[in-house]
Amino acid sequence: MTSSASNTLSRWPTDRLLLWLLRGAAAIAGAIVVLIVAFLVLEALPVLRHVGVARFFTDPSWHPAEGFYNLTPMLWGTVFAMVGSVLVATPLGILSAVFCHYYAPPAVARPYRWLIELLAGIPSVVYGFWGLVVLVPLIGAIHPPGPSLLAGIVILTIMILPTIALMADASLAIVPQQYLRGAAALGLPRWATIRGVVFPAAKSGLCTGVILETGRAIGETMAILMVCGNVVQTPHSLFDPIRTLTANIALEMAYALGDHRAALFVSGLVLMGMIAALVAAADWISHGRIYG
Amino acid sequence: MTPFEPTPGARPWFPLEERPACCEPKPFIEVEQLSVCYGQKPAFHDVTLSINKGCITALVGPSGCGKTSFLTSLNRLTDLIPGSRVAGRIRLDDLDVLAPQTDVIRLRRRVGMIFQKPNPFPLSIRKNLEFPLREHGLRDREQIAITIETGLRDVGLWDEVKDRLDSPALALSGGQQQRLCMARALVLAPEVLLMDEPCSALDPLSSGVVEDLIVGLRGRYTVLIVTHNLAQARRIADYAALFWVQNGAGELIEAGTAKQIFEEPRDPLTASYVSGMRG
Amino acid sequence: MVKALERHRDGREWLASIVVWSAAALVTATFCWLLGDILWHGLSHLSWTFLTAPPRNAGREGGIGPILVSTALILGVCLGVSVPLGVGTAVLLAEFTTDASLFGRLTRRSLDVLSGVPSIVFGLFGNVFFCKTLGLGFSILSGGLTLACMVLPILIRSTEEGFRAVPAGYRLSAAALGLSRTTTLFHLLLPAAVPGLLVGLVLGVGRAMAETAALIFTSGYVDRMPESLLDSGRALSIHIFDLSMNVSGGDANAYASALVLVVLLLAINRTASWLAEHWLHRRIITI
Repeated sequence: MTSSASNTLSRWPTDRLLLWLLRGAAAIAGAIVVLIVAFLVLEALPVLRHVGVARFFTDPSWHPAEGFYNLTPMLWGTVFAMVGSVLVATPLGILSAVFCHYYAPPAVARPYRWLIELLAGIPSVVYGFWGLVVLVPLIGAIHPPGPSLLAGIVILTIMILPTIALMADASLAIVPQQYLRGAAALGLPRWATIRGVVFPAAKSGLCTGVILETGRAIGETMAILMVCGNVVQTPHSLFDPIRTLTANIALEMAYALGDHRAALFVSGLVLMGMIAALVAAADWISHGRIYG
Repeated sequence: MTPFEPTPGARPWFPLEERPACCEPKPFIEVEQLSVCYGQKPAFHDVTLSINKGCITALVGPSGCGKTSFLTSLNRLTDLIPGSRVAGRIRLDDLDVLAPQTDVIRLRRRVGMIFQKPNPFPLSIRKNLEFPLREHGLRDREQIAITIETGLRDVGLWDEVKDRLDSPALALSGGQQQRLCMARALVLAPEVLLMDEPCSALDPLSSGVVEDLIVGLRGRYTVLIVTHNLAQARRIADYAALFWVQNGAGELIEAGTAKQIFEEPRDPLTASYVSGMRG
Repeated sequence: MVKALERHRDGREWLASIVVWSAAALVTATFCWLLGDILWHGLSHLSWTFLTAPPRNAGREGGIGPILVSTALILGVCLGVSVPLGVGTAVLLAEFTTDASLFGRLTRRSLDVLSGVPSIVFGLFGNVFFCKTLGLGFSILSGGLTLACMVLPILIRSTEEGFRAVPAGYRLSAAALGLSRTTTLFHLLLPAAVPGLLVGLVLGVGRAMAETAALIFTSGYVDRMPESLLDSGRALSIHIFDLSMNVSGGDANAYASALVLVVLLLAINRTASWLAEHWLHRRIITI
């Protein structure tokens, strides 16, 4: 009597070797993220021990030379830039997808979609460069100084728009035709159908798109660094220069030593925490649904 | 031809002469020389037919002979299919359906449609009914609630769903979903109901329930039902029309009262189809 | 009454139309502005000499020759490490683990998280692990290894898809013929899964080339022609960053370099899309 549990590989020595090699590869790949977290924690530990977690939120300012490690202004910078860009990019992106599927004639929809796909492939440093050379002077002319939260929001919006637009496009494409026919047979006009039937049907794909774009907005470094002015302060207006957590690491890592350097690793951990929270939210949305 | 005899144990049926009268036979929809083609492929051509008000007319015939296309041209759903062309005339009461200036949305309010596969929206049961009502202008909350209850009672769903109106419509069984779709069409108070094989995707029990519903619509609505279940057509139809594929496209072979089509067909093709020898 | 309702309904539809078309117009205009700007300013400074000469005067003059070489070397290291690791992991996940296996689930989970890690965190990690702990210092090797970590999830996901697309019949026939799994893998499955692998490769290359933050602290800034993998080398993206932020008057060459980078990436992404559509019969989203 044989069972499927019997080892079908035992006859071939090469197979066993192969299996162990493959397991090794997978183990290395799987270990990377663990290594990352481990090293971040290791490097961050010294300052967490001397300075304690609370001071990262309560110190008077971020001034490592004087032993002040308050991350909150930069946290606000990250949050405001992220919220601002997501608020603008999401409707624009979803409307772009609606445009491609329901409003544009095919001859217009195809090139438009190509344009968005093209833009998904442009690297952040190029966006940042354009922002620095074109956008910042423009904003500066309206309201000095120029490098500002507004510039960051605009550039981030442009960067994350393709993410949400392409996800929305894919989600709208799989809305079942029968819903559209049913809505037409009921005499429902185009926008009413989109609003009342298509959006609920595409809900989960749209949510995934929003989560992906938010993750990208939080993690963006170079473009923000180039256009936001990098002043450590909690912004009180759109025209204030800001510094995000990511830009902070990029700027100060080159010369940070000791506790300062460790503090940068702490901000790296904060970033990881924010991303982990997003991933958890995405999981909860996709498993917690009761609708089919 | 021997008279039709019910198989033992089958559902009760009315002999065709004893069927309750539907109304004064008065043409409500007049179709003249209608042809539909999709790109180069013709679906059917040169169909001339009159549909009487308040009666149930069955369109019978094998698959692929244009019955569904005929149905979808009546509420201009063919407009949604790229490359489709409709020629001929359709008059609904006093309205020229195919004229370019006709308000399609108003047309589709007067002519409701039930599809083969139940397609409730991915919303709650209540929203499925409320949404079309709101879109067509009914805003008063109480009115909406009353209309929804009436609609659900009409299709026999009220008792089954009254305490879960906010649960997803997609969680209902196939038969319930189809009845919900009927309620959704009925709450808009159409004059005509187009049904494209409404029972074919359902199990026999649900199928029977839906069929009883359709019979109950007689007199209040003009019903056009596509079916290739001849027994069903015999059971419920007042009038019938046979479609067949000839010369590469669908054609109307014969149309008349149900008694005439099923018991005294004039065309030999009709005779062989209804006796089960062809199709 | 009915007419009023109709006008109201028509008004809403009309407004919706305007909003949708405006959104599309706004997006198109912004992107055309951006692309046009780069094309316009970059094209005037582009030339064969630009592509091959070394940078002079901190990059204000001269070209990007050594930089292209460094970029290629960094990419080479990245792929040289990530392809074997990635293909091996993908093969294991696709062929040798079931959905219930703990090892498989853990590995997948960790790869999912890995794909969400921000690039600057990769830079931090690379700096600590490759440059300091492993003692490689600022070098092309460090940069390439860091990028390999970033690119791994993309490669694995795409290769796994490639394997899943191979019809089950292949494996069953091979087993029925008594072939060892190694033979089946190398001679039958791997060749059939090559499209998925290529798509993943191309996507990974695209991601790696666009990377800046992960490289600043790992491969360094040196813009000379590198002589070994342990030399520091400057990637194209870093060059653009440096020219625009740290070098006054470097804008002209920055534009040209940006144009080169954009063109390269476009070619890569188009290739990936084309491969996916024609070989895998799937649309992919390079986001």
